[in-house]
Amino acid sequence: MSIVTRGFRGRRDDSAKDLPPGQYLTHDFPVLSAGPTPRIPLDRWTFTITTETGVEHEWRWDDLLALPSDSPTVDIHCVTRWSKLQTGWKGVSLDTLLEDVETAADYALVRSYGGYTTNLPLEDLLDGKAWLAYEYEGDPLEPAHGGPARLLVPHLYFWKSAKWARGIQLLIEDEPGFWENLGYHDYGDPWREQRYQGD
Amino acid sequence: MVVRLAGATRWYAARVVDRVAETPTATSLCFEVPGWPGHLAGQHADVRLTSDDGYRAQRSYSIAAPADGERVTLTVQELRDGEVSPFLVHDLSVGDELELRGPLGGWFVWRATQTDPVLLVGGGSGVVPLMAMVRARALAGSRVPFRLIYAVRTPAEVYYADELRRRVRDDHGLDVTILYSRAAPDGDRRPAGRITAADLQAHGWPGSLEPSVYLCGSTPFVETVADLLTDAGHAPERIRAERYGGSGASAPYVVGGAAE
Repeated sequence: MSIVTRGFRGRRDDSAKDLPPGQYLTHDFPVLSAGPTPRIPLDRWTFTITTETGVEHEWRWDDLLALPSDSPTVDIHCVTRWSKLQTGWKGVSLDTLLEDVETAADYALVRSYGGYTTNLPLEDLLDGKAWLAYEYEGDPLEPAHGGPARLLVPHLYFWKSAKWARGIQLLIEDEPGFWENLGYHDYGDPWREQRYQGD
Repeated sequence: MVVRLAGATRWYAARVVDRVAETPTATSLCFEVPGWPGHLAGQHADVRLTSDDGYRAQRSYSIAAPADGERVTLTVQELRDGEVSPFLVHDLSVGDELELRGPLGGWFVWRATQTDPVLLVGGGSGVVPLMAMVRARALAGSRVPFRLIYAVRTPAEVYYADELRRRVRDDHGLDVTILYSRAAPDGDRRPAGRITAADLQAHGWPGSLEPSVYLCGSTPFVETVADLLTDAGHAPERIRAERYGGSGASAPYVVGGAAE
């Protein structure tokens, strides 16, 4: 079905032509979240990876900063249709955090301070595709944008890049997260426009 | 009525059956949407416009009224330099067609089965999903106490002004406070200014009453008010927030939200 809206022409901004379908370019950094912004003191911050057998690997803030870091420059795509190009981050690759974790899990459920969760296949966190990011454009990550540290998984819609990340539960079977329980797509590939269930 | 919150959604043909100017830059558009599955107060819809040569643009807008058969009402704020909103606000006419997808968003919703007191805090066009809740409450005959705090720059920018006046008179248990940030009407006892802790204390509910709080507006507004509310003892998990837009004039009115 395609309905033509009489009189609509649109802007046809050339900058949008290389974006995933249905996206538009923004130069702002909009903030979207489901509740208040949690404030997490760094001396109480921890990040924990829990395997399917219950083994926990925990990092405190100083531990995180002591790990080798990457500085990825990536495009990000929000399901509410904005895209932002060439954003600069600093953080620790999930490959580094998962290096010594023994697991047979295929799925990950990311948990945040404040209660947010999101799920994704474990392989989408590996091979240089995901980071635990703590700087944005050279500055410490602001609380509104997910600081002290957020997940950064830029090849999926940005709700998968959980703000205020506090840990990852590794799972044998997929378990939907917060928005995935509310009708958003389980995987969320922007290039296949997987916004909602059934896409 | 069964409202599907989490199922697959599809695009529906939607025909404009009414338009109401809320302010010089905001219009409520009522669509007839055959097959529309219904929605809850607070949800939003995606709008898709297609030009005669196939170019498309899509945006999200809050639904302004509770489900009414196959009728869906959106209120759209024009954004300067916007690609879609000026067309919707000024050019789209009764009889015109576009496509709608939804309902979307199952978190920022109020159900008539809820029994706890409700505090609604809206900034600017953030009042739209809150108005859907006020209207849904009346439609359902709910007696749940509602307080709406509506922050807006000037009297000329108030949406739904006549209806809000009427509802304060007729909808028992509904209180509405409008806070003006730049220019207050003559005779208003509160000088124009940004929302404060004292405003929330005077016109909201105390956190100890454990109300459900719905907060919608621009990012700075939501951040400010959420902090004021949690400082005043409201539990963060009882505050549902929806932030729209970017800070720039070119950003469309976007609601919805993922934790991004």
